[in-house]
Amino acid sequence: MWEYAPAPESRDIANLKPAYRMFVDGQFVEGSGEPLKTINPGTEEVLAEVSTASKSDVDTAVKAARRAYDRVWSKMPGSERAKYIYRIARQIQERGRELAVLESLDNGKPIKESRDVDVPTAAAHFFYHAGWADKLGYAGYGPDPKPLGVAGQVIPWNFPLLMAAWKIAPALACGNTVVLKPAETTPLTALVLADIIAQCDLPPGVVNIIPGAGDIGAALVEHDGVDKVAFTGSTEVGKTIQRQLAGTNKKLTLELGGKAANVVFDDAPLDQAVEGIVNGIFFNQGHVCCAGSRLLVQESIADELLEKLHARVSTLRVGDPLDKNTDVGAINSREQLARITELTESGEAEGAQRWTSSCPLPDKGFYFAPTVFSGVSQAMRIAREEIFGPVLSVLTFRTPDEAVAKANNTPYGLSAGVWTEKGSRILWMAQRMRAGVVWSNTFNRFDPTAPFGGYQESGFGREGGRTGLEAYLDV
Amino acid sequence: MAAPTTLPSALADAVRDESSLRRFLHGLPGVDQVGVEQRAAGLGTRSIKKAAKLHAIDLAISMVDLTTLEGADTPGKVRGLAAKARRPDPDRPDVPKVAAVCVYPDMVKTAADELRGTGIGVASVATAFPSGRSTMDVKLADTRFAVEQGASEVDMVIDRGAFLSGRYGQVFEEIVEVKRACGDAHLKVILETGELVTYDNVRRASWLALLAGGDFIKTSTGKVQPAATLPVTHVMLQAVRDWKTQTGELRGVKPAGGIRSTKDAIKYLVAVHEVAGPEWLDPHLFRFGASTLLNDLLMQRRTQLDGHYSGPDYVTVD
Repeated sequence: MWEYAPAPESRDIANLKPAYRMFVDGQFVEGSGEPLKTINPGTEEVLAEVSTASKSDVDTAVKAARRAYDRVWSKMPGSERAKYIYRIARQIQERGRELAVLESLDNGKPIKESRDVDVPTAAAHFFYHAGWADKLGYAGYGPDPKPLGVAGQVIPWNFPLLMAAWKIAPALACGNTVVLKPAETTPLTALVLADIIAQCDLPPGVVNIIPGAGDIGAALVEHDGVDKVAFTGSTEVGKTIQRQLAGTNKKLTLELGGKAANVVFDDAPLDQAVEGIVNGIFFNQGHVCCAGSRLLVQESIADELLEKLHARVSTLRVGDPLDKNTDVGAINSREQLARITELTESGEAEGAQRWTSSCPLPDKGFYFAPTVFSGVSQAMRIAREEIFGPVLSVLTFRTPDEAVAKANNTPYGLSAGVWTEKGSRILWMAQRMRAGVVWSNTFNRFDPTAPFGGYQESGFGREGGRTGLEAYLDV
Repeated sequence: MAAPTTLPSALADAVRDESSLRRFLHGLPGVDQVGVEQRAAGLGTRSIKKAAKLHAIDLAISMVDLTTLEGADTPGKVRGLAAKARRPDPDRPDVPKVAAVCVYPDMVKTAADELRGTGIGVASVATAFPSGRSTMDVKLADTRFAVEQGASEVDMVIDRGAFLSGRYGQVFEEIVEVKRACGDAHLKVILETGELVTYDNVRRASWLALLAGGDFIKTSTGKVQPAATLPVTHVMLQAVRDWKTQTGELRGVKPAGGIRSTKDAIKYLVAVHEVAGPEWLDPHLFRFGASTLLNDLLMQRRTQLDGHYSGPDYVTVD
């Protein structure tokens, strides 16, 4: 037997500090909220204490953002704004290793993903949007589209740095100023991003980052000084925000949950489909709103595909997020682990066949072994509810029409996948599947040039690409 | 067409006649280029350190088919190579022997004389290597000569022209015939993937060679670029794994050409480990066709044990 020796990335690279403060009006300041302790979900140890905002801090931050908008940022030529945004992008690259290790410590995702996906994609978003800053007249929204004002942004814990980039980069490029609230369990990389922003000499108040729990997010989105709200997170909270904002002039985009269908036809490239299924549901421990959590496989190849899938999933290495050979890291929090456990138990209780990888799990920390349910029907909770964990539900279909019907039979509509060697069928399926993103013969690929967003209970508005600029322009 | 071994009924049907074979090969699932290259690149980021690295280096040394296939080969050159094969690092007797020495047929006797009793195989290329452009009689005579001279392994080339024009039956028959001419010698079937170009072709040729009785499927002659690549090897490893699922038999894979560094070799071993499975981590089932790789493995082995890099002057050049 050939055992891979542990290959941990050094946690010293994260430059972890005992305490972090919020970033308001160009300064790192103590918030007047109750400080929170952020933990490493891989070990359950406390990483750092983070000061949080109170409602009055939210007010201070929004006012700072308003001042910065009125006095500097909205008047600055796009070509000048671009220089700042390019600088941020380059600094993210410069400090890429630090950000990657810190992200894995705080979030629990494997270092290979924070290093190869989160950090480079975050930098790419700043690079891409920096390019737009002086070309907004050519984006298709009129000759001189105007910014909206102050953007209040609330982001989730699954891609802490990357979601901050998705939110901040287009806002700045379009001439808005920002107050961003990172998730309660993962505030650290956003605060390092604040440090980068400070080092890049952005005018004070252009970007403000205020950690806190859900109540601070609520205070931010309902603040009168906010002109635009962008939220990524659960459908439940999204609905609350939409109710809060009804009747106001605030522009809103929501990027919420999903229950994506990954449809595999009998003529699919099987081995690569297996890779795509694995990447679709086990990437980032399944903490992905667009995860391919429902596998729809044509019945004639279901047995063969499942056999290959089980063999492949058995090779996934679950464990220390900082080990460079870890494929599946830690579940982000005890609460999330409990939710995943509860939903998988419901799957068994409702009669689906559970298969769980026999991989060893660490003694400490929040871990969940990759799990595949077969014999799942649309009526089961594991086929309808977002599990947000490394749990795949396998359903079968007989004809393309049935595949479309089952794929669309969900209140969500964020993403979908099609696996077939037939180009015409890819296009046929893509036209019919009600999902914001349809991947063909791949899954979970992200690029700043491609718009991302959902239908129905997955939210509305698009982020990324030319289309994504609309959310931050007065059009 | 005659199947060389007893096959399960589904596969026995595949080789019943030329049109069955064609239907079978064209019915194999396609290979998505983007997907397989992404997977190969992803597995290439595995970080193999310390004891795992040392183990991998020794394993890789034991899997080397130490190769010289030059017009300028002489008995002296081959004797030198055989000496290297027996004791790769003369200062360190604990270094494993390589798996085989690979030469042209007329050099087989020299190699066999040098390696008798060592357990190191003598591999000979045959069948009008590297182009395979000759008559069947010549190819078979080439094979028989190599075996008579003492080759324990034969590395044949397939007729890529026949394969690319869809004459799969001809390619199949040639492999069956050569296998018969090999007698007890192990047969490695060189697909020359650099000339087959697409991954779909690599998969079809792999299955064709396995159906015809090849003990190993081998990527390349080393005379055509690109030679071995990681994604191509992934496709071939998947084929031997699927073969085992269907037949219970273990067949081998040999990437050859262009693998020069320890780092590269370890990437291949990771692919063997995770795509085919741990049981393929065995010189009977995986080989490296290489000439310069061995010295890099030896240098890295010293680095691991001594804690510092010594340099090329401390390993023998033969």
